[in-house]
Amino acid sequence: MMASSYNAKDEDGHHPGSVSSGGPGAVKSKKPDNTAFKQQRLPAWQPILTAGTVLPAFFMIGLIFIPIGIGLLVTSNNIKEFEVDYTGVDMSSPCFNCAQNYSWNSTSGCTCSVPFTLDQPFESNVFMYYGLSNFYQNHRRYVKSRDDSQLNGDKSSLLNPSKECEPYRTSDKKPIAPCGAIANSLFNDTLELFYNHPNGSRIAINLVKTGIAWWTDKHVKFRNPGGINNNLSVVFQDTSKPVNWHKAVYELDPSDPDNNGFINEDFIVWMRTAALPTFRKLYRIIQKKKDNMTPTLPPGNYSLDVTYNYPVRSFDGRKRMILSTISWMGGKNPFLGIAYITVGSVCFFLGVVLLIIHHKYGNRNNNADIPN
Amino acid sequence: MALRWLWMLVPGRGGWNPCSKSPGQALEEERHVRANDRDYNERFNYADNRIKTAKYNVFTFLPINLFEQFQRFANAYFLVLLILQLIPEISSLSWFTTIVPLVLVLAITAVKDATDDYFRHKSDQQVNTRQSQVLIKGKLQNEKWMNVRVGDIIKLENNQFVAADLLLLSSSEPYGLCYIETAELDGETNLKVRQALTVTSDLGDDVEKLADFNGEVICEPPNNKLDKFTGTLYWKDNKYPLDNEKMLLRGCVLRNTEWCFGLVIFAGLQTKLMQNCGRTKFKRTSIDKLMNTLVLWIFGFLICMGIILAIGNTIWEQKVGSSFWEYLQWKELSINAVFSGFLTFWSYIIILNTVVPISLYVSVEVLRLGHSYFINWDRRMYYSPKDTPAEARTTTLNEELGQVEFIFSDKTGTLTQNIMVFNKCSINGKTYGDVYDEFGHKVDITEKTPCVDFSFNPLMDRKFRFHDSSLVEAIKLEEPLVQEFFRLLALCHTIMPEERNEGELVYQAQSPDEGALVTAARNFGFVFRSRTPETITLYEMGQAVTYQLLAILDFNNVRKRMSVIVRNPKGQLKLYSKGADTVLFDRLDPSNEELMSTTSEHLNEFAGEGLRTLALAYKDLDEDVFDEWMKKLLFASTALENREEKLGALYEEIEQGMLLLGATAIEDKLQEGVPETIACLTLANIKIWVLTGDKLETAMNIGYSCNMLRDDMNKVFIISGHTTLEVQQELRTAKEIITGPSKDKFSSGLDMDKTELYSSDSVFEETIIAEYALIINGHSLAHALEADLEQILVDVACLCKTVICCRVTPLQKALVVELIKRHKRAVTLAIGDGANDVSMINTAHIGVGISGQEGMQAVLASDYSFAQFRYLQRLLLVHGRWSYHRMCNFLCYFFYKNFAFTLVHFWYGFLCGFSAQTVYDQWFITLFNIVYTSLPVLAMGLFDQDVNEQYSLHYPNLYRPGQLNQLFNKRKFFTCTLQGVCTSFILFFIPYGAFMSAVRDDGAHISDQQAFAVTISTSLVIVVSVQIGLDTNYWTAVNHFFIWGSLAVYFAILFAMHSDGIFTIFPNQFPFIGTARNTLNQKIVWLVILLTTVVCIMPMVAVRFIKADLYPTQTDKVRLLQQATRRQGPQEQNFRRVRRTSSRRSAYAFSHQQGYGELITSGKNMKVPTSSTSTYPLSSPTRGPAGTSSVNNSWVNDTSRDQTETYNTGFRRESDQNQEVTVEDLEAR
Repeated sequence: MMASSYNAKDEDGHHPGSVSSGGPGAVKSKKPDNTAFKQQRLPAWQPILTAGTVLPAFFMIGLIFIPIGIGLLVTSNNIKEFEVDYTGVDMSSPCFNCAQNYSWNSTSGCTCSVPFTLDQPFESNVFMYYGLSNFYQNHRRYVKSRDDSQLNGDKSSLLNPSKECEPYRTSDKKPIAPCGAIANSLFNDTLELFYNHPNGSRIAINLVKTGIAWWTDKHVKFRNPGGINNNLSVVFQDTSKPVNWHKAVYELDPSDPDNNGFINEDFIVWMRTAALPTFRKLYRIIQKKKDNMTPTLPPGNYSLDVTYNYPVRSFDGRKRMILSTISWMGGKNPFLGIAYITVGSVCFFLGVVLLIIHHKYGNRNNNADIPN
Repeated sequence: MALRWLWMLVPGRGGWNPCSKSPGQALEEERHVRANDRDYNERFNYADNRIKTAKYNVFTFLPINLFEQFQRFANAYFLVLLILQLIPEISSLSWFTTIVPLVLVLAITAVKDATDDYFRHKSDQQVNTRQSQVLIKGKLQNEKWMNVRVGDIIKLENNQFVAADLLLLSSSEPYGLCYIETAELDGETNLKVRQALTVTSDLGDDVEKLADFNGEVICEPPNNKLDKFTGTLYWKDNKYPLDNEKMLLRGCVLRNTEWCFGLVIFAGLQTKLMQNCGRTKFKRTSIDKLMNTLVLWIFGFLICMGIILAIGNTIWEQKVGSSFWEYLQWKELSINAVFSGFLTFWSYIIILNTVVPISLYVSVEVLRLGHSYFINWDRRMYYSPKDTPAEARTTTLNEELGQVEFIFSDKTGTLTQNIMVFNKCSINGKTYGDVYDEFGHKVDITEKTPCVDFSFNPLMDRKFRFHDSSLVEAIKLEEPLVQEFFRLLALCHTIMPEERNEGELVYQAQSPDEGALVTAARNFGFVFRSRTPETITLYEMGQAVTYQLLAILDFNNVRKRMSVIVRNPKGQLKLYSKGADTVLFDRLDPSNEELMSTTSEHLNEFAGEGLRTLALAYKDLDEDVFDEWMKKLLFASTALENREEKLGALYEEIEQGMLLLGATAIEDKLQEGVPETIACLTLANIKIWVLTGDKLETAMNIGYSCNMLRDDMNKVFIISGHTTLEVQQELRTAKEIITGPSKDKFSSGLDMDKTELYSSDSVFEETIIAEYALIINGHSLAHALEADLEQILVDVACLCKTVICCRVTPLQKALVVELIKRHKRAVTLAIGDGANDVSMINTAHIGVGISGQEGMQAVLASDYSFAQFRYLQRLLLVHGRWSYHRMCNFLCYFFYKNFAFTLVHFWYGFLCGFSAQTVYDQWFITLFNIVYTSLPVLAMGLFDQDVNEQYSLHYPNLYRPGQLNQLFNKRKFFTCTLQGVCTSFILFFIPYGAFMSAVRDDGAHISDQQAFAVTISTSLVIVVSVQIGLDTNYWTAVNHFFIWGSLAVYFAILFAMHSDGIFTIFPNQFPFIGTARNTLNQKIVWLVILLTTVVCIMPMVAVRFIKADLYPTQTDKVRLLQQATRRQGPQEQNFRRVRRTSSRRSAYAFSHQQGYGELITSGKNMKVPTSSTSTYPLSSPTRGPAGTSSVNNSWVNDTSRDQTETYNTGFRRESDQNQEVTVEDLEAR
């Protein structure tokens, strides 16, 4: 601030006549405007990381995160989840034979039945997932191998699918609908669930197959060409089915026109590619009993009947069926709870350490000595 | 305005160089120009007078500009990327991810170029349409400049710019003389004389005769030598040689000449002015260079990552991918794993290209431009008396202002005002000038000290101030010696008076010292009013007294004195002499012994106060002796051989036995605040070297008055040896003295070699507490700059607190700067005001020009210009420091941000089969750098202030980190990229862990790619926003707006792109329909985002807090202090004033040029008074802001003088930057 003694003079020190003597008064002074912006004097908040702000922040985070983490963990632990691997890798597995023999070229399905036992009742709505492991749905060539415009019911794309679909774009000189590698590899196992009543009867559990896709996908992103009311077999007549499929796209669910063709929900769910090579996708919903008295799935013996169409042996994949209840935070997810507790504790601990350091060593440096 | 015009005419550094585009006339070997014969001249296809500095026109803009832009490495790189992206096998990103930013970058640059060019067009247009009077078909017609052709005769009027390079034909003045000001060409403010050939000057202004003039000029082809011209005029079967003295160059201004006619020799781009421009070299800052290195490193890093992932891909394809054939086929089955790896490499290069930030260069340019504007806008660097604001003429060097370690300063006009003020005098053993209070104590003279009232004298100069009234009393008492003293001052000089109105005297002094002395005499009642070649008229106390001027014994460097011989009205012959005391004291009458010693004491006192002194003496002459002497003089002055020596001997003969009158002391006024500024910059650990053309004594004087030299310094080394050996010896001695005593501090066992080893080490330099100063003379410097001595010179100079180089040539100034640049690798800044500083300004990393003076050369060559030396303090400590701080923070953050952003793809590679699948939505990749995160960091880079300006100035050692390069260096880069890598790791793996088994709260799955992408990208945007919040020290409204605005814009765009509407229009481009809605309505997603943010940010907070708490930097401490004081409100603080300690030194200075005596006695420069008054209707003594000073106008600088014989000491301009000033030997006493 040694210069400040002159500054005052500059600010108001117009030498009398120095400006006006230059000409007929038209000369505008080049003096810069005195605005806060131009003089870099904008009012500003100038935060500093001091002990007064940093330490409470750490404690606060600790105090907030640990309860959240505990809540998450408890919620996660309360969720009931049951998983059956029906890949049929082991000799003992009921699906071993199917897994050995089956390939894409097989014409008739192979069925197998996997028994399992639920120890605890599953209440409220129960969600049934299929899980695949080691399946790279996130591979770039796989991910881009689709034509959203075709799936959105665009007629020209239907007959002339995007080049991205190669090499699953045409078959027998006809365009494939739906084209691309994703659609081609549609998961096509059929899973059925039976409750083996202690009295020996085998009760089929009602599996709801709609409402499993995102609303936006079902109603906006995917649309059948030619609207809803058209006869799909006519609409798709100039196309051919994907090579791996056993039936055409308009035969996916002939019973329900709202779930057929491109808007078949199993198809939509499959088309939403997973981010990671191990994933689960919603398959069916088991709705809770109306009376609310009995659990949706009482404990006991069940059997999972699989129509084994989907070969995974070639890439060491695994197929699972997962039954799960959900909570406000979704499915079972211990990771988040643990992570929150850990981070919360570390922050709290760090807060303590910083506090100690600050008290022991910190103060001596503050403000004490500024040379000059 | 003239200055601005010229500036527009000459494009700035790094700008377009019109010279390179001069039409293909390189083969022109000789120029033939025939006057008034357009048909003949057109055969040669000479350039017309239209100038074109603009690069483009409407049609060529796009292709040329694009071509230029793609020559830049970064742009070319992104073009290559774009091409790669068009290959479907490789393309991992859509073309628009690259093309949108690239187009944006290109567009911003193109707009900037176009604006620049538009202004060039405008200025071209303005210049080209200036009017001039051209003689066409026997009549004078007004024509635009651009229509002037070679061979035309044009008429110029007073104060007009010369339109082209002209051969002067005739003028209104006698002898075909005409006066021009060449300030715009070479920075010299003196008027120069041009004289036409007698044959052509006889043409006068007779238009018919001129129209009939059909001489042919054969001359040299166009070149850029301003001071050289050779040609021949053929007219009427006669040959007349032509030289530069007959040329009027474009850019000059006609002065003091009513009209003149000239023949156009060179026009437009072929004029010397245009040939001279654009020689500037492009300066780059060290951060620029570092940035380029780092970008190359990043490039290497990118390739490494590509290779790792490509190898991964090859292995994956072999081990895993091959079993996926059923789902995932290549289009051609022939593609094997290795080839797939190869393709993957390129795919990853495309994906990861964002580590090399495309917007970096543009953002940096924007920041620098902003910082430059802040400099231009700073009111505290605006100098109101001259109406000059500071100007950042180069926009690329700002942050380097925060790293300056060496300042090389010119003296005259930079440190000093080049205004001499008569301050004190000693008359007959009594000093005048000090003011004493009633107790007889000396009173400090301040603004408020009452001035002596000169109202008794109607001819006084109102600006003259003197504080000691006893001198006026002495005058009024008519003390004969006091009268004689002022009579001497009024008579013995070579000043030209000019009386515009009655009583309004203006003195045209060629040295400001003389002006000061004569002005003093004028105010004390001895008014020098007019002179003719034979007489001098004084008004002595109101009465006109005319003295006969019999001889002027002119000044030269050897004599160091000048004398006049006059005959007063009473018929007495008197010799009055003034000169350096050493010289004069030797020639005094022995009876003066006692007075001499008293005066000598006074002289020492004056010199101790940093005043420039002169001794005065007179002598009564005998008529006979004088007649005898005069005869000899006349004889000698016609001698053909050794005339100088003979005259010198005669002068010597008569200047003997003089009687001492007294001595004068003139203050070489420092610019305002110079000592304080120097002290402050020294505290900031900036070394200031003064490089001056002045004499040793003058330079030392200024050194003392600037507080650069002090009496408490341990030793001041003066190097003035004449041979290499002497210089070497002197330097060695100096070094031994400096390093010698401190050797004891180390263990005595260290031998000499070891000490020498240490001495080049900066750590060792710090340990030397003792203060030394080095003063080196120009001729010694020439030796010291030789290869074998330069190392020791650098060593010694850097061990000294103060270095002053005096009597250096412009070239040497540049060499010294170059030396430090080479040896110290430090950032250098050169500051100067004159043409002689241009080379130094061009050489240094940063050149600063003092503007508001008449000359333009230094300013034109400079990177920054302002009106006062003291603004340097603000430029460096405030603007420079801020710029550096901002730029470093900006770069750190920028690299951090891009690493955090990009490396997520790297981690993802391990989980997606190294298939170059992107994590994010392609639109996010496109917009991340240019929309979501660009503005907050720009706001930080523009507005951030870690410490406010007052504290920046108050604690100069806050400047230290910049010099040590602490805020951004390779280590810092490594740290911030590492932080980016960690952030990307956290950003990827926390969502990864959470999404392994996550489902929505309605049971639907959420672990799909698009939801994953939205989660990670949202986390990323939040994390980098929080990080910039942490990095921002100064949250203005703009920062708030940008940071919160960016977040808002992110969400707005996210939802817009994921909306139904945009999907139904472009189903293939926006496949993320509904993802934002479906993802961000999940609590679990927000929990993941929160967790990620905290984990990314808190470690950084902890580290910063610990650092600031345990090892606070200077900045941290000052910030705390600042915060504390802000709460208490501003308080006045007392700042130390820098006081000069008085000392007793003797310095003799006399700034003068030789040759004026002759000019006066010959009467060549006497002008008809009527013409001068009529041409100057404006006669206000204050200088107008328009830049042209009326004070210097009628001073005639006799250019026929051989310039190499003279040198201007203390006179500001060294004659030319390229001309080496003769080094003159001086005995230092």
